[in-house]
Amino acid sequence: MMVLRESIIMKIHYGTAIGALFLTVIHIMMRLTQDFHESLQYENVIANYESVGYALLLELLLILISVHGFNGLRVILLEMNQGPTYEKVVTYGCLAAMAGLITYGSRTIIMTSMGMV
Amino acid sequence: MVTIHPKLSNELSQTVVSSTKSVKLKIKRSNPNVNSDEKFDEFVVPIEKWTTVLDSLLDVKSYLDHSVGIRYSCRQASCGSCGMKINGKLGLACFTKISELDSDTVTVEPMDNYPVVRDLVVNFDRMINNHKKIMPYVIREDSEIDAESGVREFLQSPKNVEKYIQFSNCIKCGLCNSACPTMAMDKSFVGPQALAQAYRYIADDRDKGKNKRLKIIDESHGIWRCHFAGSCSQVCPKGVDPAMGIQLLRGYLLGIRD
Repeated sequence: MMVLRESIIMKIHYGTAIGALFLTVIHIMMRLTQDFHESLQYENVIANYESVGYALLLELLLILISVHGFNGLRVILLEMNQGPTYEKVVTYGCLAAMAGLITYGSRTIIMTSMGMV
Repeated sequence: MVTIHPKLSNELSQTVVSSTKSVKLKIKRSNPNVNSDEKFDEFVVPIEKWTTVLDSLLDVKSYLDHSVGIRYSCRQASCGSCGMKINGKLGLACFTKISELDSDTVTVEPMDNYPVVRDLVVNFDRMINNHKKIMPYVIREDSEIDAESGVREFLQSPKNVEKYIQFSNCIKCGLCNSACPTMAMDKSFVGPQALAQAYRYIADDRDKGKNKRLKIIDESHGIWRCHFAGSCSQVCPKGVDPAMGIQLLRGYLLGIRD
């Protein structure tokens, strides 16, 4: 049923975890470029989004965390129950949820970075 | 009701009784073919320093209740037949001395993660099927019996033997599969026993079936569902480390081992 072998999926799983960890560290360090409290003020957050580099970082972070998180959820659900139909529903359900979250998150990032918010 | 061994109940009237100690043996009884009832029967049995759980169970069968269901054969931890839960811990009944349990009560139950046939006997079908699935034999195109040169041997270096020798000690007792938390959840999981055996043959340089085996275990209920709890290695009575075998197999699949 699966297009990808499980080892390929798990390589992606581990890779996205390492990537997300690295980008999260950068993301947190960006808070420290100024006073932490100040960096979370509305104007500063919007200004961050309007920087192309930062918007790309957020987009990448969104993709990595979504892929990793939904694959993790798929693995948990596959252990809880078995059967070809169930596995198909879980796999495609997680893929759809992942695509939905990435689309919605990307929409927010793009709209904010373009000053539409 | 507690049934007392005749050796103990007649102790005063008998001339010489070598055993001075006794334990209460609680045996979990069930027969799913008849009904879903489960109960513990209690027996008081004499023990010596060397008495194993299997000895006591056979004592019960001989003198107190012939109907206790138990599977055993070699009595020396070679056949892997008498795996069970002893005071909550998995072990071979023939390899567990009662004196070492340090308890006046010994509770024996069938292994988890297997369907119970009767009392302490469980059904090994799932383990045996998974074991067969990974092709536990040397796969080669050529044969040790050759029409031209007669019989020859596939030679192997001691260094290569070192890579897998501990995994050859597996006696298929099923304790590792019983201890595995993934086996409890995922009814399709291939299990630590089969995975350790897959490593045993893949690491053997006489074998040419590496890709076939890796393909079998690289599926949604294969090797990646192991969470490395390590309980399989902890309970193995033969010192096999299936958890390590699984990590080494993952190395092949991740491309960090040849």
